[in-house]
Amino acid sequence: MMTNTLKKNKGPLWTLSPLVIWLSILVAVPLMFVITIGFLSRGTYGSVEFKFTLENYMRIFNPLYLKMLLSSLWLSLITTIICLGAGYPFAYFIANAPKRIRGILLMLIVIPFWTNSLIRTYAWITLLRTSGIINSYLMQLGMINEPIQFLYTNGAVVLGLAYTLFPFMVLPLYASIESLDKRYLEAASDLGARPWTTFWKITVPLTMPGIIAGCILVFIPTLGLFFIPDLMGGSKVMLISNFIKNQFLTARDWPFGSAASIVLIALTFILLGVYVKILNKNKNMEVL
Amino acid sequence: MVRLEKVMKDFGGQRVIENLNLEAKQGEFLTLLGPSGCGKTTTLRMIAGFEEPTGGKILLNGKDVSQNQPYERDVNTVFQSYALFPHMNIFENIAFGLKLKKLPKEEIKKRVKEALRLVRLEGYEGRKPNEISGGQKQRVAIARAIINNPKVLLLDEPLGALDMKLRKEMQIELKHLQQKLGITFIYVTHDQEEALVLSDRIAVMNNGKVEQLGIPSEIYERPKTKFVADFIGETNLFEGTVSHVSEDCVKVIIDDLSEITITDPLLDKMSLKKNENVYVAVRPEKMKLNSSAEEGMNKIKVTVKEKIYAGSVHKTIASLSNGNEMTINELTGNTANMSDLNKSMFAQWNYDDGVVILQ
Repeated sequence: MMTNTLKKNKGPLWTLSPLVIWLSILVAVPLMFVITIGFLSRGTYGSVEFKFTLENYMRIFNPLYLKMLLSSLWLSLITTIICLGAGYPFAYFIANAPKRIRGILLMLIVIPFWTNSLIRTYAWITLLRTSGIINSYLMQLGMINEPIQFLYTNGAVVLGLAYTLFPFMVLPLYASIESLDKRYLEAASDLGARPWTTFWKITVPLTMPGIIAGCILVFIPTLGLFFIPDLMGGSKVMLISNFIKNQFLTARDWPFGSAASIVLIALTFILLGVYVKILNKNKNMEVL
Repeated sequence: MVRLEKVMKDFGGQRVIENLNLEAKQGEFLTLLGPSGCGKTTTLRMIAGFEEPTGGKILLNGKDVSQNQPYERDVNTVFQSYALFPHMNIFENIAFGLKLKKLPKEEIKKRVKEALRLVRLEGYEGRKPNEISGGQKQRVAIARAIINNPKVLLLDEPLGALDMKLRKEMQIELKHLQQKLGITFIYVTHDQEEALVLSDRIAVMNNGKVEQLGIPSEIYERPKTKFVADFIGETNLFEGTVSHVSEDCVKVIIDDLSEITITDPLLDKMSLKKNENVYVAVRPEKMKLNSSAEEGMNKIKVTVKEKIYAGSVHKTIASLSNGNEMTINELTGNTANMSDLNKSMFAQWNYDDGVVILQ
C-alpha cells in the first residue's frame, strides 16, 4: 500500500534537479577526475601527463602495498569488533532502560560529537603521549618507572578509530534491539532457554540487521579516516587512508593516489553489496 | 496439579489480582473467562512465570514455583500472537525446546514429525513462519509447546486472531487434542461461547477476583452473581424483594410489582428471608410472549417495542410497566409476527426457569 502511494506521488521530475546538480558537481565530476587520472602517468615534477597507462594499478599489486592494504583491513576489522563488543552491551542497556531516560542516554553518546573530531583526537594525544596525563599519573603513583609508549602504535590508531566511530555502531544496534519484540524472549524462556541461550539464539539473530548495519557503518569509514592514523600513528602506521593522502599531498603522485582511491572505492562497494545481500535475506523475517 | 493460593499481584501500586484461589486438576480443561482487564492474562502469566506474584503461592504438582523462572517450570505457553521465531523454520521452531534438552538428533526428528502429524501439518518443516497462514501458525505454536510434554499447557486467547469459521474448527480440534494428550489446559478467553464449548470448568473473573467457578452448564444456568448472569449470554435481570418463602417455592415481587414464583430445585429456599432484596435472572430463550396469559407459568405484562429477526431466533424487546426493558428470544417461525408491535402482551416462563441471585 505504502509503496503504491509513494510511487503515485512522484511529482514533477525537475524537483530533483538541486540534488542532481549537487551530486554531479561534488561527486560525479571529482570521481571522473579520479578515475581518469588513475589511468594517466606522473610527470617529472608531480604533474599529470596525458599518457594512458595501467602501471598505477599494476604497482598496487606490489607485495609492499598489498601488505599495507591487508593491515588496513585488519585494523578496520579489529576496530569494528571492538566497537561491536563495546557497543552491543551499551545499546542493549539503553534499549532496556526506562523509557524516559533512554533519550538522555542516547543524547550523552551524541553530545561529544558536536565537537570537531580532529580536536577530540588532539585531546586523546594529550592524554596518551609520553608526557601526557595518563603517563604522569602512573609515574607519580609509582606503578611505572618510565613512560609507556601509547601513541604512535597500532593500538593508539585502533583506539582513535573506535572512539570516533562508536556512535555509528551504537545507534543502529539500539534501533534494532529496541524494536525487538519481547514476546520472542518470553517464548524462548517458556520453552526452557536460560537467559544466555535466549540471547544467543533469539536476540542476536533477530538484531542481526542492526549488527550488520553497525559493522558496515564502522568498517567502511575506518578505511578512509586518514587523520587518525596520521595523528595517532605518526609516521609508524601507514594505512591505505593516509597512504592515499600522502600520494596526493606529499609524494605528489596523483595517478598512483587515484588508482589507490579507486581500489578503496571498489572494496567499499563490494562490502556494501554484501550488506545489501544479507539485508535482503533477512527481509522476509521482518514481515511477521 | 496447578494450585494458586491467595495469589495477589500489584502493578504500579494498583492491585490487579486480589486473593486468588484456584485449582486445575490433572487432565482438566480449565478456562479463565472475563472481560479485558479482569486479570485473567496476568494470572496466566504468573503461572508461566513471566510475572512474579506480589503475594501468595503458585504450586505445581504440590511444589511451590512462585519464585522460579519460566525456564525452570514444567509448563508451556501458546501465545496470543503465537510468537513463532521468525528466523527459524517450522522444524526449528518446534524442535527448539527439545534441542535445549540436548536430546539425540534422531529422537528430535521423530518427535517433531509426531507433533506435526498431531496438528496436521506434515510436510511444512521447511517453511518459515511468514510463509504459512494464521491457522497454521496457531497449530505450529501448539506443536512447539506440547512437544515438551508439559504438565500444564497455558493458552492465552490462542484463537483470538482467527476468523469466525476457522475459530470454530480450531475449537473442536483443540478439545480433541486435549482429550488425546490428557494434559491439563488452562485457557484464557473473553469469548464466553468458546469457554462454554471447550471447558471442563470455567472460572469467571472480574476485577481480579474469581466470581464463579463451575462446569459450563452451571455457569450458564445457575449464575451465582449479577456479574456472571450479565456477562455470560443474554439475560433479563429483575430486582425484587422476597415476599414468600416455603420448602418448595419462593415468591419475589419484582420492580414492576408483579409477583413471580421460583421453584428452582437447586435453590436452598429456606436460606432466603422474607423482605430480602434479591435479583432474579431469566434467560431470554426461556421466555415466550402470549396475548392471553397461560396458567401455571410466571407472567409479566409488557408492551412490545421492537422485533428483530436474528436468524435462528426472533428477538423481541419489550418494556415493563415501570419502563425497564427486557428481551425475549423465540425460535423463528413460532409465533413472532410484526403486527404485535406496541401491543400489550404477557412475557411468560416456567416457574423453574428463574434463578435467584443474592445481592
